[in-house]
Amino acid sequence: MAIRVNLITGRTIQQGVSMEAGKEKPAYTTACGIIELDPTDFKKLGAYRNTNVRVTSSYGSVVVKAVEATQGPHPGVAYIPMGPWANMVVNPNTYSTGMPTFKGTPVEVEVAKNEPVYSSLELVRKACRGELA
Amino acid sequence: MTKTVTDVICPFCGTLCDDLEVVVSDDGKELLEVYNACAIGAEKFLHSQAKDRITRPRMRQEDGSWKEISYDEAVDYTAKMLADAKKPLMYGWSSTNCEAQSVGSEIGEAVGAVMDNTATVCHGTSLIAVQDIGIPSCTLGEVKNRADRILFWGCNPAHAHPRHMSRYSIFPRGFFTGKGHTGRKVIVIDPRPTDTASLADVHLQVEQGRDYELLSAFRIAFRGEQLPDVVAGIPKEQIYEAAETLKSGRFVIIFFGMGVTQSLGKNHNIDIAIAVTRDLNEYTKAAIMPMRGHYNVTGSGQVWGWLYGFPYAVDLSRGFARYNPGETTSNDLLRRDEVDAVFVLGSDPGAHFPFSSVKKIYDRPAVAIDPHETPTTEVCNVHVPVAFVGVETGGCAYRMDNVPIETRKVVEPPEGMMTDEEFLKHVLARIKEIKGE
Repeated sequence: MAIRVNLITGRTIQQGVSMEAGKEKPAYTTACGIIELDPTDFKKLGAYRNTNVRVTSSYGSVVVKAVEATQGPHPGVAYIPMGPWANMVVNPNTYSTGMPTFKGTPVEVEVAKNEPVYSSLELVRKACRGELA
Repeated sequence: MTKTVTDVICPFCGTLCDDLEVVVSDDGKELLEVYNACAIGAEKFLHSQAKDRITRPRMRQEDGSWKEISYDEAVDYTAKMLADAKKPLMYGWSSTNCEAQSVGSEIGEAVGAVMDNTATVCHGTSLIAVQDIGIPSCTLGEVKNRADRILFWGCNPAHAHPRHMSRYSIFPRGFFTGKGHTGRKVIVIDPRPTDTASLADVHLQVEQGRDYELLSAFRIAFRGEQLPDVVAGIPKEQIYEAAETLKSGRFVIIFFGMGVTQSLGKNHNIDIAIAVTRDLNEYTKAAIMPMRGHYNVTGSGQVWGWLYGFPYAVDLSRGFARYNPGETTSNDLLRRDEVDAVFVLGSDPGAHFPFSSVKKIYDRPAVAIDPHETPTTEVCNVHVPVAFVGVETGGCAYRMDNVPIETRKVVEPPEGMMTDEEFLKHVLARIKEIKGE
């Protein structure tokens, strides 16, 4: 069962702290390799909290861990903290402004229990080499 | 024995807090404690002490592994890469001081580079809007001392500028704001009930991407004209009420962030937010300010402003400065394959650009200058670690309200480590040699 939500990205304080502590560290993956979903969307998805999910847009796909919204409720809106995970799926078009459309990307979320959430360096490395599934 | 350095400037966000206290060892080589900083600022200071910190330049080998090289070799590689390129992109410039930005610009002129800073994925659209219709702004000191109506639009300082609210916008007691937060009305407009919204008197949960409509509705409400029943998910009564709250203030300040600059509408969202501010000046005093992210992204806009007349996306490849967002901006250049080498300093596009742009950096010669190991260093051929500006070297930085503040050196960098400025000066000298100047 897949659900469609509107994806936005941005800073969280955990993203900021773990980024300054080192993007190669596991804490950065814990802080940013997630998608915050509203409880009603969790229900539609039929998944437990902290399940790995695959997020897919017209621009790419990434596996992250689904967690309950920390600043909710926001039904229909999902949040991935800014970072390499979010940037695999955001709309890169700038529409002649120079600014990619980081907020407001329609995405599909489906359960991907057995797929791993890669660390930031691994994710970028594998994606550049075309080694991602 | 230890010693405490007071009035230290925090080199994390555009709030540029200037009241930190840092405890260092007697010989000034070790940083032990940080007081007054937010969680992110403290982590930045403490991370400079990490035992696993990379202290020498590295070059990527054929098999993908890193090989340590000397600073001289790194200077040589960087200079040759830039001098050989037809149109290199020199990106970043936000987590460094104005002195380094200025040397970097000289390199850009020498090699005909496109110079772009992190505003390109942050407040670039705000800068376009400011050029279109101007900006009535103020300093954070005026906000602290005068503002009694605070509007946060599409920004979440509780997470992104953690001490902004306590130092300037919500809580402080100022000259004309002696009651602190009880004398202020705070409105938050955001598609999520954020932690900032939980501190506000009013939260309007706008439908994501419909900021333009809501801002437009505010302009209608100020004039007392008719609104549809619901605009952007907000009932009209709430819009009229919020508009009245703003009009009745003595000093209104609108802070705005990525919620408006990165959503569809982009610069036009900011156009109309500035128009809202202009409208409010018919009734009271009002100002508007972008919540700048990096601690010195404002500074790079200033430096290029006085060098070239443009704050970002400056194309020097024709021997004079051109500026055309959408054409000379990093993501457009990368996605269209219009640059043939990438130099990154003081930013992490590997983590913060859409992947389609990151792949393009991976596909061409690239050098990253960064104290940290990052996704950008992962896609570059050479990584040059440098001293942390604001921790291990001083220099000028501009706060989000365009006030210049001299950052301070509090601790020695690891033995033999260069600063951004030193490294760039060496690269510039080498480029001049190569070009026979």
